[in-house]
Amino acid sequence: MRRAGLIGVLLFGAVLLYSSHAFPPLGDPQSPASRHVSDDYIEHGMEETAVPNLVTAVLADYRSYDTLFETTVILAAGIACFFLLRRYRRKAADYRLYRHIDTGITLIIERGGKEPEDSSEFERIDAQWVPYDLIINKAAGLVVPFLQLFALYVIFHGHHSPGGGFQGGVIFGATVILLAISRDLRSTRQRFSEKRAVYLACLGLLLYAGTGVACLLLGGNFLDYGVLSRLVAVDPVMARSHGILLVEIGVGMAVSAIMIWIYYNVASAGRHDEGL
Amino acid sequence: MEDSQLLHLLELVIAKYNYWGIAILLMIGLYAMIAKSNLVKKIIGMNIFQTAIILFFVSIATKWEATIPIIKHAHGGHAHSIHAADYMNPLPHVLMLTAIVVSVATLGVALALAVGIYQRYETLEEDEILGQLKQEQIQAEESGGK
Repeated sequence: MRRAGLIGVLLFGAVLLYSSHAFPPLGDPQSPASRHVSDDYIEHGMEETAVPNLVTAVLADYRSYDTLFETTVILAAGIACFFLLRRYRRKAADYRLYRHIDTGITLIIERGGKEPEDSSEFERIDAQWVPYDLIINKAAGLVVPFLQLFALYVIFHGHHSPGGGFQGGVIFGATVILLAISRDLRSTRQRFSEKRAVYLACLGLLLYAGTGVACLLLGGNFLDYGVLSRLVAVDPVMARSHGILLVEIGVGMAVSAIMIWIYYNVASAGRHDEGL
Repeated sequence: MEDSQLLHLLELVIAKYNYWGIAILLMIGLYAMIAKSNLVKKIIGMNIFQTAIILFFVSIATKWEATIPIIKHAHGGHAHSIHAADYMNPLPHVLMLTAIVVSVATLGVALALAVGIYQRYETLEEDEILGQLKQEQIQAEESGGK
């Protein structure tokens, strides 16, 4: 198997390398990929959408169907992870473990025993010994708000600088995942529950599709943002810019929530306990 | 004669070095998917393969002496003509932007499948899983025969 695989891969590589002479050289402005529609995007994108960042303009306006269904694919992936892994019913453990945070002493409480009430002094753990790292815990808590602010900046400033819904959404999701890695999944879930993630994901996709339907109701085509100018007092070109912003916010919400949802399910194998 | 041929080959490699790098990455990813028996290594191979394709698209988008596809001085007030040769091709960037996020999502599904398989068979080695499957089949046939 290994040898057959190697031979197949080498043949595949030989075909690729043999065909490489037919490809245009690196950085050629006249290469086939950079002519036709691409030139049109660059030369007229600004005057048609009022968005200087052409990647955002093409992503959310010219190719907005593509982006809508890419977002749907991500939601489908999140749902697939949920159905593959999530387990609600499981037999209750005979005991629960709590750690006194200041001293690091682990308490074993048998079923029926009295559980500690003050959650600021005790935290629930799953294994007998879990390292508690003060520096990582506090440092992660310190950087998360700034990272989330940056994520929002990336989403909302995607028109004028590199950024947009996908990038900002992934950064936002990563901040919550950072909390889950540096602390534990259980305390992160109290801040950002699975239910909230699912609502946010569906709401984001609904915002995207709803923008399209709003265009439809105003007499335009699906996701043809120009007709939104009837709702807000701007010219149709500026309305495209605002429509792109709405769509990008929807994408950001959906992507961040689905990244968090997938992480919750994969990292804890669907049990949503302590996680990694 | 030999030297000049070698030199010619070297020239060919240098002129198209991006395609050579991408082809090597594709080969690494494909080999990992075919030959490795550990499922997580297969998933990593799939990810390397996807990354190579993303690199391929992004390398197609470059133009020499061009900048990123964001119009300069867009709201400066004075009109100026925009030349396509001054900006990189935005289209491959758009395609790969979505492809990266979708590849993360498919990676999540692949890892979820791997976790599920591990819960069922307590191993991620392909040959061990196949052995267990065969044993289950034999047992099922025996109990069916009785």
